[in-house]
Amino acid sequence: MWQALYDNLEQTVAVILFGIGFTILLLQRNLIRKIIGLNIMSTATYLFLASMGYIEGRKAPIVTDGVTDLAAYINPIPAGLVLTGIVVSVSFTGIMLALTVRLYRRYRTLDIDQIALLAKGEDMA
Amino acid sequence: MSFVKIALLGMLIVCALGVSFTRNLLTSLIVYMAYSLMMAVIWMLLESPDLAITEAAVGAGITSVLFFVTLKKIHAIKGDKDHEQAQK
Amino acid sequence: MSKRRSDWEQRPQARFLRWMRDGYGALDDQITTSISQPAAPRPDQEAMEAHDILVGTHRHERELALDRLAHYDLQNWANTRGRKVLGRLYAVLALLLGLILIYFLLNTVAFMPRFASADVPANNEVIARYVEKGLEETGAINIVAGMILDYRAFDTLGESTVLFVAACAVLILLRIDLDDHGQPMQQLIAEESDDRHYEPKNDRILQGSAMVLTPIILLFGIYVLFNGHLGPGGGFSGGAILSSGLILYLNAFGFQKAGRFFTYKIFMWVSFFSLGFYGVAKAYSFYMGANGLHSGIPLGTPGAILSSGLIMPLNIAVGLVVACTMYIFYALFRKGGL
Repeated sequence: MWQALYDNLEQTVAVILFGIGFTILLLQRNLIRKIIGLNIMSTATYLFLASMGYIEGRKAPIVTDGVTDLAAYINPIPAGLVLTGIVVSVSFTGIMLALTVRLYRRYRTLDIDQIALLAKGEDMA
Repeated sequence: MSFVKIALLGMLIVCALGVSFTRNLLTSLIVYMAYSLMMAVIWMLLESPDLAITEAAVGAGITSVLFFVTLKKIHAIKGDKDHEQAQK
Repeated sequence: MSKRRSDWEQRPQARFLRWMRDGYGALDDQITTSISQPAAPRPDQEAMEAHDILVGTHRHERELALDRLAHYDLQNWANTRGRKVLGRLYAVLALLLGLILIYFLLNTVAFMPRFASADVPANNEVIARYVEKGLEETGAINIVAGMILDYRAFDTLGESTVLFVAACAVLILLRIDLDDHGQPMQQLIAEESDDRHYEPKNDRILQGSAMVLTPIILLFGIYVLFNGHLGPGGGFSGGAILSSGLILYLNAFGFQKAGRFFTYKIFMWVSFFSLGFYGVAKAYSFYMGANGLHSGIPLGTPGAILSSGLIMPLNIAVGLVVACTMYIFYALFRKGGL
C-alpha cells in the first residue's frame, strides 16, 4: 500500500489536503478560517482531478509544429473542467465573505457558536 | 518523481496545517496565499499552463485581496480598536 | 432514606441520565437563557428539607422540588465545566472523523490506476477525438481553449452566468441604499462600511508605481485575453489580470477617479452584452451544427491571431464578464457601491 501511495503521490497529497480542509471546517469556530478551509478542500479536489489527466512524458495540450498525434499531448479535459472550477470557487468565496461581513455587522463577532447563541436569544426575545 | 515536486507537495500540507495552527487571522491568510502560489507551480509541473496562469491570477491574487478587504471590514488587522474582539 | 436519595440525585450519573432525557435542545436552551439572564438563586436544600418536615408535603411535590434542584445543578454544570468538556469531546470527535476520512480516501487512492500512465480509464476515445480533430474542427492551437469554448461551450456560458449571479448576490448583500435625497440610508452602517478614509491621499510612492504598472498589467491582460486560442490563457485568466490592474488603479487614485469610467451602468451593459453575445453566438453555431449545416464562420489559418472562428470573441466576452465581476466584488467590499 505504501508503494502505491508513493506512486500516486499527487493524489495522496490531494486526499490528505481534503481531509485537512474538512477538519478545519469542523474544528475552527472562526468564520474566516472556515472559508479558507473550504477553499483548501476545493483546491484539493482540483489537484486530484488535474493529476488524473497527467501522462508521463507528454506535453501540455497546445499544438506545436502541427503535430496532432494523441501520443504527444496530455489529457485536456480535466484542465478544462478545473479551469471553470477555479473561477466558480472565487465567486462562492466572494458571496461567503459578503455574508460574513453582514454577520459581523449585526453580531459584532466571528465566532460561529456565539453567533448561534445570539441569534437564538434574538428569537426568544 | 523529482525532488522539487515532493518538496512542493510537502509544503502544501505544511501550509494547509499552518492555516489551522496560526493564531492571527492575517498570518493564516498569508499562509493560504503561499499555498495558492505553490499550487500554481504544481500545475505548471503537471503540464497545465492554463490552470497555472488562472490560479496565479485568481487564487493568489483576487481571492486574497477579497480576504484582506474583509479583514479590514471586520477590524481583524492589527492596529484597529476592535482587533481583540474579532480574533475571538 | 431521603438523605440517600438526594445524594444520588447529585451524582454525575443522575445528571447525565437527566441530560440524556432532556435532550440536547434543552441544554442549548439553558445555555441561551443563562447567558441572556442571570441564573435563578439556588434553592437552599436544608431549608427545603426543614420545610418538608414542617409542612409534611407528600412525596410527589418533594420529587418536583428535587427535580428543580437537579435542573439548577445541570444548568450550572452546562455553563461551566460542561461546555468545556463538550467542546473537548467535539474537537476530539471532529479530529477522529477527519482522520477516518483521510484513511478511507487513502485506501481508495492506493487502488487507483498508477499516476501518469497512459492507460488510465480517463484517457478514452473522447480525448483522442479532441486531440486529433481539435485543431481541424475548432481551429484553436490551444486544445483546452478549443474544448471549453467550442465543444463544451454551454458549460462555459453557465459558468459566466454563475459569475454574474454571484456579483448580483454580493451587490444585494453589501450595497448601501440611498434615500430620496441621495444620502445613504442608515447613516451608521454607511459610515462603517465606507472606508474611503483609509485611502491614502496623494501617496507618491503608490501613485508613481501605479502609474507605471497599471498600463503594463492591463496590456498583459489584453494580451492574455486575445491569445487564448494560441497559447495558455484565455477569458478567465485574462479577465482576472485586467481586474487586478483596475483594482491597483482604484487603490492608488481613489474611488472618485475610478468612478468616472466604471459605473453601475457600465457594469450592467458590459455584462448584458457579453452574456447576450455569448448566448446568441453559441445558439447560432449549435443550431447550425445540429442540423448539419455550415455555420459560415471561417476558421482561418491556425496560428494567426484572427483565426479559430468564434473562440476569440467568446474569450473576450468571458474575460469582460470576469473582469467586471472581480472589480465589482472589490468595490462593493470596500465601500458598498461603485
